[in-house]
Amino acid sequence: MIKRLLGCLFLLILALPASAAFDVGQLMTDLARNKGGKAKFTEKKYISLLDKPVVSSGEMSYTAPDRLEKRTLVPKVETLLLDKDILSIEREKQKLSINLANQPEALAFVDSIRGTLSGNRAALEKNYALHLSGNADKWVLTLLPSDQKISALVLRITVSGSRGLVRSIEYLQADGDRSVLNMEPIETK
Amino acid sequence: MSAAARAFLIWLLAMLAGAIVVWNSHFSADMSFFLPGRPSAAQQVLVDQLKEGVVTRLLMVAIAGGDAAQRAAASRQLRGRLEKLPEFVAIQNGQAGSLDADRDFLFRHRYLLSPAVKPERFTVDGLRASIANSVDLLASPAGMMIKPLLPRDPTGEMIELLSGLNAGAQPNTQEGVWASRDGQRAMLLIQSAALGSDTDAQEQAIATIRSQFAESAQYAGFSDARIVISGPGVFAVTSRETIKSEVSKLSSISTLAIIAVLFFVYRSARLLSLGLLPVVSGALAGIVAVSLAYGTVFGITVGFGSALIGEAVDYSIYYFVQSGRLGAAEWRARFWPTIRLGVLTSVCGFAALLFSGFPGLAQLGLYSLSGVLTAALVTRFILPALAGNDHPVRDLSHLAPPLKQGIRVLQGLRWPVILLTAAALTVLVIDRHQLWHPNLSALSTVSAEDSATDMALRADIGAPDSRYMAVITAPDREAALQAAERAGQQLDALVAKGIIGGYDSPARFLPSQATQAARRASLPASDELAARLQLAQADSPLAANKLAPFLDEVAKAKEQGAITRETLNGTSLALAVDSLLMQRPNGWSVLLPLRPPAGVKGVDIEPVRAKLAGSGALFIDMKFEFDRLYNDYLDEATLLSLAGFAAIVALLAVTLRSPRRLGAVLLPLLLAVILVIAGVHLAGEQLHLMHLIGMLLIVAVGSNYALFFDRAGKEHRLDAPTLASMAIANLTTAIGFGTLALSSVPVLHAVGITVGPGAVLALLLAACFSEREGE
Repeated sequence: MIKRLLGCLFLLILALPASAAFDVGQLMTDLARNKGGKAKFTEKKYISLLDKPVVSSGEMSYTAPDRLEKRTLVPKVETLLLDKDILSIEREKQKLSINLANQPEALAFVDSIRGTLSGNRAALEKNYALHLSGNADKWVLTLLPSDQKISALVLRITVSGSRGLVRSIEYLQADGDRSVLNMEPIETK
Repeated sequence: MSAAARAFLIWLLAMLAGAIVVWNSHFSADMSFFLPGRPSAAQQVLVDQLKEGVVTRLLMVAIAGGDAAQRAAASRQLRGRLEKLPEFVAIQNGQAGSLDADRDFLFRHRYLLSPAVKPERFTVDGLRASIANSVDLLASPAGMMIKPLLPRDPTGEMIELLSGLNAGAQPNTQEGVWASRDGQRAMLLIQSAALGSDTDAQEQAIATIRSQFAESAQYAGFSDARIVISGPGVFAVTSRETIKSEVSKLSSISTLAIIAVLFFVYRSARLLSLGLLPVVSGALAGIVAVSLAYGTVFGITVGFGSALIGEAVDYSIYYFVQSGRLGAAEWRARFWPTIRLGVLTSVCGFAALLFSGFPGLAQLGLYSLSGVLTAALVTRFILPALAGNDHPVRDLSHLAPPLKQGIRVLQGLRWPVILLTAAALTVLVIDRHQLWHPNLSALSTVSAEDSATDMALRADIGAPDSRYMAVITAPDREAALQAAERAGQQLDALVAKGIIGGYDSPARFLPSQATQAARRASLPASDELAARLQLAQADSPLAANKLAPFLDEVAKAKEQGAITRETLNGTSLALAVDSLLMQRPNGWSVLLPLRPPAGVKGVDIEPVRAKLAGSGALFIDMKFEFDRLYNDYLDEATLLSLAGFAAIVALLAVTLRSPRRLGAVLLPLLLAVILVIAGVHLAGEQLHLMHLIGMLLIVAVGSNYALFFDRAGKEHRLDAPTLASMAIANLTTAIGFGTLALSSVPVLHAVGITVGPGAVLALLLAACFSEREGE
């Protein structure tokens, strides 16, 4: 009995380094190394109200730690700029500035992306419980909202990527609608 | 009844009447001191804004200390407490939920508020385009917010409304409430119910904020909490405090110093009280005259009293010291004409200020004029009767030899003085472009420190500085709103061209009834709309059958009553409308604040002016108007000073009847002016219009001393009592004006720093250029 227990413990000790090789902390370190860059994106939104998904595409650029620009080219040209907590959206002649502090829904959305891109574990864990699967080359990080207010809107956010690069973010809303954002890094010389 | 008793009785009655007037006077320490008495149309906007504008009711609050969570808790606490109080109409701290009422109002009335609501928007094509646009918008992150509204608002009227609003530069947020840029302070923007011009109410409101904050901090267990409050109300209260404390401080200093001098001279309590009689009468008469003429006495005017005391006491000094051995009748014959001429030159100087369009200056003029005149008349007609012929002043003849010695020394310094003045004049000519302070802030009682605090809070909170405005007047509310809408169309074109960044209008939240009716008429009947919707959405991913709520909403909007001012109650939009749409005694006025394009400091004025030319809207650049106001004051003060100087020269020319004597009286005065102004400039002070007035007063007040030398020259002797009385009178005047130089109120300081030294220099230079004995 005791032997068996010791054996288990031994196995556990053996297993530890293996899991320590890639955990949330390690992923965050990898992500935080990424100081910014550009990517092409395609986003599909599956909305129950609509008979078919809304598709948009364009370019994204990120500058660590808190500046994110998303230029949509299709269906309509639109620029979204996230600078600290001010989100400004410019399309045609309209310009909208939103203070995210008053928009928990938008803030949750923004923090999931921003926190992941910058590898800011504290920011992510403020709103979400983190679950990691896969390895450093192909990981999937699941964010489950911990705050009642956010979980009323977002059921789950699934981020996947490789090394310090985020490749896709899937966003499942409480009403069953979901959106999938795929990113393809543009190599900049 | 003896002559003395009768004189005293008359004086006493006059004093009592005066005291009653003063008792019932209204004193004020607000901005009106500086605001134009006869404003132009553009200046009227400035005046209205400063007295009643919504900006003057805004108080900016910063909470410092503790950590972000503690500050946020205190901010929420404070907002919760102040919201319950009637003294505050709006408390914004950025906390979520505070804008729900506004959003509900906008959504409920979107079909009457949205500028996009026109008949063509509800045609098949219009519906197809606007709904397709909303579907596209779902692709954007903003789509997250509009999705729940889509079935009820597929044409996107709410988005239309929100995008027209000024999101502007929003403050930072931390822990769900506004924070400063550096994140070290929580910020609130509070609007008091009281007008900015109601200083008592503002003081009360500020005190309430402080006490409620102390309780909030205590409640939140936040021990090192600090609060900073700024805004026009704070300035008004602080300025009033400053002026109040200065009035009592300056008057006390000046009175005590002058009493000390008089006591040294008279060594008699009876003479001392008699000597102060004209002064007290003068000071009282000054306030009575101002109160009767203007209805309101400015605090700064009363503050000027300490200088008046210094000058008014001169006459009784002349009387007591000079009439000691001569008796009253002989004094009247020998000395009174000279003193009378001195009084008249002073009166000329002060009278010039009466014609100023700058109310503060006109008041100072009337106050001083009445004061000096009363003091002189009391000395001439009441004092001799009261004092009788029995007022042995201590023999001051021992003062004469050193004084005469001093005069001889001064007379030897004529060339050095002339050279020094030439040097001073050269400095002034060389530095002529850096002499003057360029704007009205030179006269402001607000300290540099308070001003910096205000700037910092303003930047942190992104508070509007309404520099540019279009102003419209109309006979009634409806006409005013229609005019605002017409001007708005012109301004929209300017926004599209990027000439202005945006503008605010009361018609955004309270459209004119005509516009509301037109929008309501654009909405089709339910069956018609349903049919068009089917056609419009045939190929759209958003099927018409999912839009039943939209049909209901439009039907509801067609039935809904019009939006009135009352509809806005309970939202912060009510405040926005009230601040931009005001009822005036003679109709309604609308303000349309304009914003420069993003990232640009100013607005290119000409295209805006041209665009608004036909619309009946007046375009105003507040900063420009302020600068122009100051320049008008300065030009006017220059003219008045020259006119006053001319009047004094004319008076002296007529009285003295000799160019040589006139020159001899004027030369020391002009030299004194040049030396003092150069001195002030070299001491690093920028000159403003009160220094200019100070120059005039150097001539008006200083001439008294020069005239005695002129008289002595005529008689070919300068007797000891005359000499002593001049020295003492000059000392009291210098004390009176010099005390003002200690003031932190720029208006008073500038007069003090010029006239104090100027009066002394006038006497010294008059002695320097006086006729040598035996010449």
